[in-house]
Amino acid sequence: MFKNENVRKLLWPAVALLVILLFNVFFTENFLNIEVKDGHLFGSLIDILNRGAPVLIISIGMTLVYATGGIDLSVGSVIAISGAVAAQLIRPGYIHGILEYPDPPTSLFVVIGVPLLICAIAGAWNGVLVAFVGIQPIIATLILMVAGRGIAQLVTEGQIPVFIHEPFQFLGGGFLMGVPFPVIVSILLIAAVYFLTRRTSLGLFIESSGGNPIASRYMGIKSRLIVLSTYVFCALCAGLAGLIICSDIKAADANNAGLFLELDAIAAVIIGGTMWGGRFTLAGSVIGALIIQSITTTILAFGIPPEVTLVFKALVIIIVSLIQSEGIQDAINTWKTKRAQA
Amino acid sequence: MVQSELLEIRGLSKSFPGVRALTDVDFSLKSGEIHALLGENGAGKSTLIKTLTGVYKKDAGKVFFDGKEFEAHSPAHAGQNGISTVYQEVNLIPGLSVAENIYLGREPMKYGNIDWKQMRAGAQKALAKLRIKLDVNQELSSCSIAIQQMVSIARALDVSAKVLILDEPTSSLDEGEVASLFEVMRNLRSQGIAIVFITHFLDQVYEICDRITVLRNSKLVGVFNVNELSKVDLVTHMLGKELDEESRKSHKKDGQSAGDVFMELKDVVASGLGQMNLKVRKGEVLGFAGLLGSGRTEVAEILFGIRKPLSGELLLNGKKTNLKNPRNAISHGIAFCPEDRRREGIIADLSVRENIILAIQARRGIFRTMSRKEQQRIVDKYIEELKIATPDAEQKVQFLSGGNQQKVILARWLASNPKFLILDEPTRGIDVGVKLDIQDLVGALSEEGMAVLFISSELEEVLRSSERVLVLRDRNIVDELTGEDINGAKVMHTIAEGSTDV
Repeated sequence: MFKNENVRKLLWPAVALLVILLFNVFFTENFLNIEVKDGHLFGSLIDILNRGAPVLIISIGMTLVYATGGIDLSVGSVIAISGAVAAQLIRPGYIHGILEYPDPPTSLFVVIGVPLLICAIAGAWNGVLVAFVGIQPIIATLILMVAGRGIAQLVTEGQIPVFIHEPFQFLGGGFLMGVPFPVIVSILLIAAVYFLTRRTSLGLFIESSGGNPIASRYMGIKSRLIVLSTYVFCALCAGLAGLIICSDIKAADANNAGLFLELDAIAAVIIGGTMWGGRFTLAGSVIGALIIQSITTTILAFGIPPEVTLVFKALVIIIVSLIQSEGIQDAINTWKTKRAQA
Repeated sequence: MVQSELLEIRGLSKSFPGVRALTDVDFSLKSGEIHALLGENGAGKSTLIKTLTGVYKKDAGKVFFDGKEFEAHSPAHAGQNGISTVYQEVNLIPGLSVAENIYLGREPMKYGNIDWKQMRAGAQKALAKLRIKLDVNQELSSCSIAIQQMVSIARALDVSAKVLILDEPTSSLDEGEVASLFEVMRNLRSQGIAIVFITHFLDQVYEICDRITVLRNSKLVGVFNVNELSKVDLVTHMLGKELDEESRKSHKKDGQSAGDVFMELKDVVASGLGQMNLKVRKGEVLGFAGLLGSGRTEVAEILFGIRKPLSGELLLNGKKTNLKNPRNAISHGIAFCPEDRRREGIIADLSVRENIILAIQARRGIFRTMSRKEQQRIVDKYIEELKIATPDAEQKVQFLSGGNQQKVILARWLASNPKFLILDEPTRGIDVGVKLDIQDLVGALSEEGMAVLFISSELEEVLRSSERVLVLRDRNIVDELTGEDINGAKVMHTIAEGSTDV
């Protein structure tokens, strides 16, 4: 039906997203309404994009890691670290027994730059373990997944520091030209990554290193460096997502920020159709992330306890994975040929 | 010894898409004999074994086993009926105990639980048959490779074996271990078990085997009694006997017209290889002749910076150079088409276009991406020049036949315009037409001044294409032949017996 393979692969994820949205059109009141209040856009669809920004951003990083034949379980913990460091920079500690802000307030540059730098180091740690030490990705990143929340706890000294820092709050809660700022950040990030991977040869090298590391090395591709850089980038994405979450709730919750978000991101990538060690599709991951967030939003709108969302996510993942699986695809193709012959 | 035909195969044929792996092959096996199955890469040895044991389904032919027609549905089915195979890599589970491995999948049960006592006793007994004393409770991974191999033989025999197939069992064993394996084999032979022995060590064939079946190019060459066949004749049979001197194409140049030395190894020693000297000249096709396991690939890997010399010098254009890695070698204009296309050559999931332009792009770096138009121009050029059969350039390379995949890899390197091209088994497993295309191409490239190293299991091909031939034997370069000396008889003699002069 679709000649271009890339388009064809996006078909089923797109259908799944449409089904979920259609369901909402019928069963959720005013689902399609978008209002303008105080010059800001509001509505369920806008909400999905806005709330979905962290998952979306991490999915982009996860896509590249996944394409190298890896996986990054530590993103949830890196989110916690990033938020904790930002909060601690805004309110560094107790003066005269109460939490005080430094004077002048910490500059936005520091509040954003330092956490991202720390996340980059965390990503480099993952990347070195995988690409240079040769530890299995799932084990290597499990280390930071477990240790990361502890590090975040240490940074916040076991508290949940709340803060006020208007320039920083804009990142997670602001609006630009009526659009929530996290949505703009995600769009810019997707565009930048698309440009960097598809308009240069980086994407091809990532796919090549993931598809056949030995052959890639024999062609003179610096496979290890490329794999390392995807982990650094993935951690940076997690750091950015962490800043958005922390800025939105004006607090750093080392225990719960980004909890289980690694699973959402991995699910988004798989639903989107990226190959483990091979072809990746950014558009697929974007659709995947939107599917995940739509499910969450839908269930919240129905007043069902949020824990139950996990069951629905599992269902969608199973269905999409089954449709994409080779066995089912073969069966469909055989059925089609048989029908064509009959 | 009972000399009845235990197993008889008649007219066995098997093809894979694009390749005939077995053509009308006969094979027979008697009880109480050790029968060597010999042939170079791609001759059809492993296809024969796998078809016999039910891994593949045969296209045509009949198998008679114990007087009855027999068809194995799976290796397990073959095993139950008495045909067991022990592969080169031990197919057992390292983390389990010796006893558990011997009884894996057929554990003795008692009251719904595993009967450990009986399992240990049985394992002990199975090993005793091979005259091996071993604590059956120890983890398999704590045993040496040789012992692990013995354990898999014990397992195979315990499953009930009348026919035991040993697929290159000695390739990772040291001398002492080989000796004890042979003792076990002799012992089994005296018990009337028929053994098929696949190896590439000719000395071992003469030490232990009774008969030899030689395959070449998917066809049966012949069946011989060991004591009636000289080594030279054996090598001749394995590598191709119709070495028609006329077939050596006018033979272009006679070695003197070759240009300056491009690359040189001086007294290089690398792990697993003897000390060696060799020169690669511009505009010359250098051939490596030697059997599988003679060190051909290993030497090529030194020239491409994959394997590091332990001592000695590597000179490039007369300058001492240290090839740190393949990327470094590529920057000096060296290109390498590896032997194992699937594992080391193609990126299966990417398109023909991407596979071809990758090497150039890798050299240009991430940011100087070639325009789609430029890519298309290069890809179209090579698809046409090398006659790559593909519906279009966007086809995933995994859907191409082996020969066309090989051409894609060749195109990849030719597009990057190398000074020195290393071809390790470029014609392996591909059909005759493509083979000739590649041979012609090699000639044309050297005419243009490129240095080419041509490695192939098919001696005929090496002799026809090369202006100078280095003969390798037991991981050493034993002889260098030029001009009139490049002839089948001489090369085979050297391969079989070692260096003639020196």
